[in-house]
Amino acid sequence: MLALLPLAAPALPLDEAGKYVAGAYIVFLVLLVVYVAIMAIRVQRIEKELRELAGFAENRANGERAAPRPEAEAEAEEVGAK
Amino acid sequence: MYGKGLRTLSTATVVAIAASFSLVFFYAPLDADQGFIQKIFYLHVPLAITALCGFVAGGVFAIAHLRSGNRKWDAYSYVSIHMSVIFGVAVLITGAIWAKASWGHWWVWDEPTLVSFLIVFLMYATYYPFRYAIEDPERQARYASVFAITAGAFVPLNFMAVRLAQSLVHPRVFATANGGLPGEMMFTFLVSLAAMALLWVTLVKFELTAKSARGQVKRLRRAIDAPSSGTSRIAPEVS
Repeated sequence: MLALLPLAAPALPLDEAGKYVAGAYIVFLVLLVVYVAIMAIRVQRIEKELRELAGFAENRANGERAAPRPEAEAEAEEVGAK
Repeated sequence: MYGKGLRTLSTATVVAIAASFSLVFFYAPLDADQGFIQKIFYLHVPLAITALCGFVAGGVFAIAHLRSGNRKWDAYSYVSIHMSVIFGVAVLITGAIWAKASWGHWWVWDEPTLVSFLIVFLMYATYYPFRYAIEDPERQARYASVFAITAGAFVPLNFMAVRLAQSLVHPRVFATANGGLPGEMMFTFLVSLAAMALLWVTLVKFELTAKSARGQVKRLRRAIDAPSSGTSRIAPEVS
């Protein structure tokens, strides 16, 4: 019975069909926008992590410059003794 | 370097989609039987073809992974399947809208094309829980590849089975004895197909670039000995 539906049903008038066509294309665009939004959130998260890591690396580098490590001191002493 | 050429690809995709939509609404003639509602065809069918090809591509990448042991191919396979599942959602929704407008029903259960696509979609929907359930990354990648190959082989078989099944409901517009699509419709369809394929490739590249960046951040975190946030069980790391 359902198989005969398209044979019996005439084409929808333009104003009626327009809603469905618009609906289908809007669904596609909405999915695309949602995907791009999710990607944007992910990129933001990566950027935040990178900023944290850069800050951490800078702090560590500054700390090392301010207070040399014991091994480095020992090395310096050894060189001095020679 | 997954991000290489991404800007050009994105621009080409936007231009292709704009051209495709313009052709659909301003160039392609109205269908004699379905009228304006047939315009959904130029969205729905290219999406479906791209999604199915993406599933097969996921299987091909999985074969490359099992052959080489290179995790890069597993990432390609995962992202291909992931993107095709998203395209599959769009196929199901646009198909339901078209069905409602044409047949008066959102879904018709005795139509092999619809049901077979749903089966393929649901099969790939199980890929995620299957993958996430395995903790060991090596085993996870290996088992996911086996799944992707098996399911990827099922896709063309399923397609052929559906083509062999005769149905009055779902239109067969290609490879018919008498005619098929007229020239303008065929041209519009091919441009739409190219646009959707480009979109798929672009989004896959975006996803791989994001995963690669995340992988690099994790490597950096490990290298500078910061507290690690743990390895993702969801997605393969790409470095």
